[in-house]
Amino acid sequence: MTFSALAQAGLLLLAVRLLAAPLGEYLARVFDDRARGATRLFGPLERLLLRLAGDAASKDSMSWQGYAAALLAFNAAGMLLLYALLRAQALLPLNPGHHHGLPPLLALNTAVSFVTNTNWQAYAAETTVSHLAQAAGLAVWNFLSAATGLAALAAIARGFAGRDTTGLGNFWRDLVRVTVHVLLPLSLVLALVLVSQGVVQSWSGEAPIAPLQPAAMGTALPLGPVASQVAIKQLGTNGGGFYNANSAHPFENPTPLSNFLECLAILLLPAACCFAFGALVRDRRQGRALFAVMLVIFLPLMLVALGGEQASIPALTQSGVDQAAGPWQGGGHLEGKEVRFGAGGTALWAAATTAASNGSVNGLHGSLTPAATLVTLGLMQTGEVVFGGVGSGVYGLLAFLVIAVFLAGLMIGRAPEYLGKKLEAREMKLAALAILLPAAAVLLGTAVACAVPAGAGAVLNPGARAFSEILYAFTSGANNNGSALAGLDAARGFYTVGLAIAMLVGRYWVIVPMLALAGSLACRKAAPPSSGSLSTHAPLFVLFLAATVLIVGALTFAPALALGPVVEMFRLGAS
Amino acid sequence: MTRESAERADTRRTLYARRPPAAVQLAAAGREALRKLDPRVLHHNPVLFVVATGAALTTALWLTALAGRESETPASFIGGIAFWLWLTVIFGNLAEALAEGRGRAHAESLRRTRAQTTALRLREPRTDAARDEVAAGDLRRDDVVIVEAGGIIPADGEVVEGAAAVDESAITGESAPVIREAGGDRSAVTGGTRVLSDRLVVRITAPAGEGFLDRMIRLVEGARRQKTPNEIALGILLAALTIIFLLVSATLVPYSGFVARAGGQGGAVDLTVIVALLVCLMPTTIGGLLSAIGIAGMDRLLRANVVATSGRAVEAAGDVGVLLLDKTGTITLGDRQATAFVPAPGVAARDLAQAAQLASLADETPEGRSVVVLAKEQFGLRARELSPGDAVFVPFSAQTRMSGIDVDGHTLRKGAADAIAVFLAERGGALPAEIRAGIARVAKLGATPLVVADGARALGMVVLKDVVKGGLQLEFEEMRRLGIRTVMITGDNPLTAAAIAAEAGVDDFIAEAKPETKLAEIRRWQQAGHLVAMTGDGTNDAPALAQADVAVVMNSGTQAAKEAGNMVDLDSNPTKLLAIVGIGKRLLMTRGALTTFSIASDIAKYFAIIPAAFAANCPELGALDLMRLGSPQSAILSAVIFNALIIVALVPVALRGVSYRPAASAVLLRRHLLVYGLGGLILPFPCIKLIDLLLGFLGIGGVA
Repeated sequence: MTFSALAQAGLLLLAVRLLAAPLGEYLARVFDDRARGATRLFGPLERLLLRLAGDAASKDSMSWQGYAAALLAFNAAGMLLLYALLRAQALLPLNPGHHHGLPPLLALNTAVSFVTNTNWQAYAAETTVSHLAQAAGLAVWNFLSAATGLAALAAIARGFAGRDTTGLGNFWRDLVRVTVHVLLPLSLVLALVLVSQGVVQSWSGEAPIAPLQPAAMGTALPLGPVASQVAIKQLGTNGGGFYNANSAHPFENPTPLSNFLECLAILLLPAACCFAFGALVRDRRQGRALFAVMLVIFLPLMLVALGGEQASIPALTQSGVDQAAGPWQGGGHLEGKEVRFGAGGTALWAAATTAASNGSVNGLHGSLTPAATLVTLGLMQTGEVVFGGVGSGVYGLLAFLVIAVFLAGLMIGRAPEYLGKKLEAREMKLAALAILLPAAAVLLGTAVACAVPAGAGAVLNPGARAFSEILYAFTSGANNNGSALAGLDAARGFYTVGLAIAMLVGRYWVIVPMLALAGSLACRKAAPPSSGSLSTHAPLFVLFLAATVLIVGALTFAPALALGPVVEMFRLGAS
Repeated sequence: MTRESAERADTRRTLYARRPPAAVQLAAAGREALRKLDPRVLHHNPVLFVVATGAALTTALWLTALAGRESETPASFIGGIAFWLWLTVIFGNLAEALAEGRGRAHAESLRRTRAQTTALRLREPRTDAARDEVAAGDLRRDDVVIVEAGGIIPADGEVVEGAAAVDESAITGESAPVIREAGGDRSAVTGGTRVLSDRLVVRITAPAGEGFLDRMIRLVEGARRQKTPNEIALGILLAALTIIFLLVSATLVPYSGFVARAGGQGGAVDLTVIVALLVCLMPTTIGGLLSAIGIAGMDRLLRANVVATSGRAVEAAGDVGVLLLDKTGTITLGDRQATAFVPAPGVAARDLAQAAQLASLADETPEGRSVVVLAKEQFGLRARELSPGDAVFVPFSAQTRMSGIDVDGHTLRKGAADAIAVFLAERGGALPAEIRAGIARVAKLGATPLVVADGARALGMVVLKDVVKGGLQLEFEEMRRLGIRTVMITGDNPLTAAAIAAEAGVDDFIAEAKPETKLAEIRRWQQAGHLVAMTGDGTNDAPALAQADVAVVMNSGTQAAKEAGNMVDLDSNPTKLLAIVGIGKRLLMTRGALTTFSIASDIAKYFAIIPAAFAANCPELGALDLMRLGSPQSAILSAVIFNALIIVALVPVALRGVSYRPAASAVLLRRHLLVYGLGGLILPFPCIKLIDLLLGFLGIGGVA
């Protein structure tokens, strides 16, 4: 590990911590409808949108069933529209690249992917999707899928904080508020800063360039409304790039500063969600504790990834390659990385993008060392609760928290309670479902892919690597991450459909049980804390919750990981 | 007295002294464990049921391997795994059977008292009405029976006429007879108890089969033990884990098959290994011990001579936030005792004491006796032998609220201040100002002043105090540490109540309480989200008892109170609630600790099984074999054997409960996480290694 890599990591986490707390407060105020200063600025837009929503947004508070139904209906309608747009893009304007409509299964996969906040891309965007589809379809759902996650978190937090109520808030109001007051302004600012760094923002098709070598691949570089889409793809844990190379592409991520800011944007809102939760349940210590849990898991894994990428590859050392860091080079394993970010900058991003369910990349994950691959897989297999998606990270962590509170509560001899509310069989069932189903989707999806020729035949590499690729694909899909290990012909029918199912399971089979859990907690009485109750903000409980997340993840995926990256790791060490 | 010693002390008097020796218990439990292999019984425990299915599957694999099926692994290995899987199920059953067996002896002795009795049913609820002889089993609710001296009360009921000494040792283990009489708070009688003197007319309140004794028998046998909400939640967690591990194990077949094809070495993992992995990962430790923990918890409660009619209440006891305690009998000894003589000006203290002693000779109440004792202690005054001829005794009565004696021309009276004031006024005297001031001062301190008069002259005061029980302050301090708030309820005036509350160290008190006050108070605490516990015995307590989350009723209490409460304390000891709280907490802690252990120990098993299972496909994974186990097969067998033996090893913990000392939640959590969490992580490593070495020594499990 080099000093510069550690300094980058330290600076990043410090910035996240400093910015996330006030942003979380602000988020909570937006959801509580207490954002006075901001209302003056964005109030007119909010009122316009709410007027368009009409009666639906006027109803004061929805039950959990009502909230879930509105959320599902909205997302389903989004998928249909997005599917239609992608299929019909050839007939619509703003298609300077003259791209054809997407084939049905690919359009389905893409629509599901963007609406579920996964942004798994089974295509090369710049050569497949028109500007209109990028801007009016994909970028719009970059906003709305993030807003969906945040709205769900707000509703769930209201349930945890509720006193004798059945209402979790109004989905339409939450959706409009968080989009208008949080996502739009943040994206606007980030997009402008990115443009200042050289990220392109244009409606024209291509910029012709003179190739250095006559035989070079293209003589034109595709342009487009990039900065506006990159900003929200990073902020909203979406990760779907304008270019196939994603944030490794110089037009998406040109400078070390843009790299730092985009990396910060990956973690910012998921981290802020912890603090927002604390503010929404009127116990800020709980928010800080959730953030601490995430940090406790993230920090060591990030260091493993940094160390793995910075280490020398024995086989390369034997052929006389100097991989050591020195005054003239960053050192480390540079295959599949941009030299302007170096091994450290890429490893840090890889850890951040898989911890948060972002999935954007600034290097090729397929070229990561096995140690870093293990980290990326592991971070996703925690169920994307270490930062995780915007909103979804925190409510996913709450499912683990219910289990941890249950066990810790028993161990101190009390019926388990969180925020003064008893957790009983129903909560247990719902939390178990929210953890079980995405994990099952990963395990079963991978198993089917291994067993049927359509899945097993799509791998382009031999042995353990092939298995890692399949496992990574389903892990990424079912946890709504969206990054890929590549090496897999993901455009095949089996994977487009299989991963679409995994993405749907991973998104809605967490949201709905957690909304139901919040619904049942909302009408429960809360007992004031006493010296005998479990303090869920104490360091001891933070460690216990982190251990619960890690142990559940490890027990579920250890055999699969052993067959993939762990074997690769030992092979690499032995070579 | 600490809670545990209280628990033990109470135990001595129960029927539990008669328990069969350990070997007999174990043999009986072993037979029962085998009987429980019946799938119809086994399916109640999903974890053990899955293990049994796995055992059946491996047995089938073993048989086909013996019959010549081609297999990756030798038949002896498959047979060994099958054998230990069956043992795993049997060990789980054994734990439950042992726990049930402990209660069975108690149930047997209870059942003997329920031996067929006949009852004399009255046609009308009068002693002299016509009687029919009927079997006890034929009695209906509201039938009226008469029980003569020496007869057994045929069913639970309420005394409507008469008073009698009743031997209730069959239920309580207490040999001293108790008085049961019509009206008041001692009217409830229990079927199976014996009338020693006089006779009782009893209205039946619970027909045979539904009485207290029957409930108790069912309870100790664990037959009608309903799962508590907490147990259900834990069951869901265990089921979820089982499903996850089922998926993890089953998907290894396609995974390893794929890796073998893609990597060109080895094959899919053998089915026997998959089953072994599944059983090792599943929470078999807690799954096997879960019901034993529950039964043992109820059993501990019974040994403390408490009968819980709802398991939910036992759990709630561990969770109580507020404790409502009746002052009388719970916090104080219940009888006021004389503690000081305060003479009027110009009267010698000794004279006052002598007059008070004389005036109290005719007062048979505990208060009166305490005056006599105090005079003896302070001034060495012996109660003079007075023959009725020398003196005229005026016994204490509730109407006059005075007692006294007319002797040697003196008219000595001792009584409540206002009664004596009237007595003095009748004789032309009055209470001196000093005494009046003294009365006010004494009342403020929570004590009761009695005034002693000789004719028209007031001699002074005797101060009576309600004596607070020793050691209570410590108990309440403990409660406070556990986060439990203690509230004293008393009919006293606020001044007296405040003084006693301060002396006893309770957190709060309610003075001048009426039954409605109690109910309102419980509702108020519950509204604030607390679980409330209370003790009571009277019919007027019934509404409050029904409202409380944990309601402990004294066995001496009325039928109405017993029906309203959810626990009956056979010893009628109001401080028993503290012991019940401890038992409830211990029950929950044992479940939590063993679940944590069960899950944590999986990590070590992975390190044993994963390298072994994939030895053919990915020999590189041998690096994960931290324990350097003999061979892949002995590694897997060792993990399975450890998994089975740990159930047996933890049976004592399940039956006895984890050790429990009241402490702050953070301390408890840290202790249990260290012992059972960290212990669960570490312990299996040396144990599995040891078993592996032993297997190697015995030449079992093959050599790599």
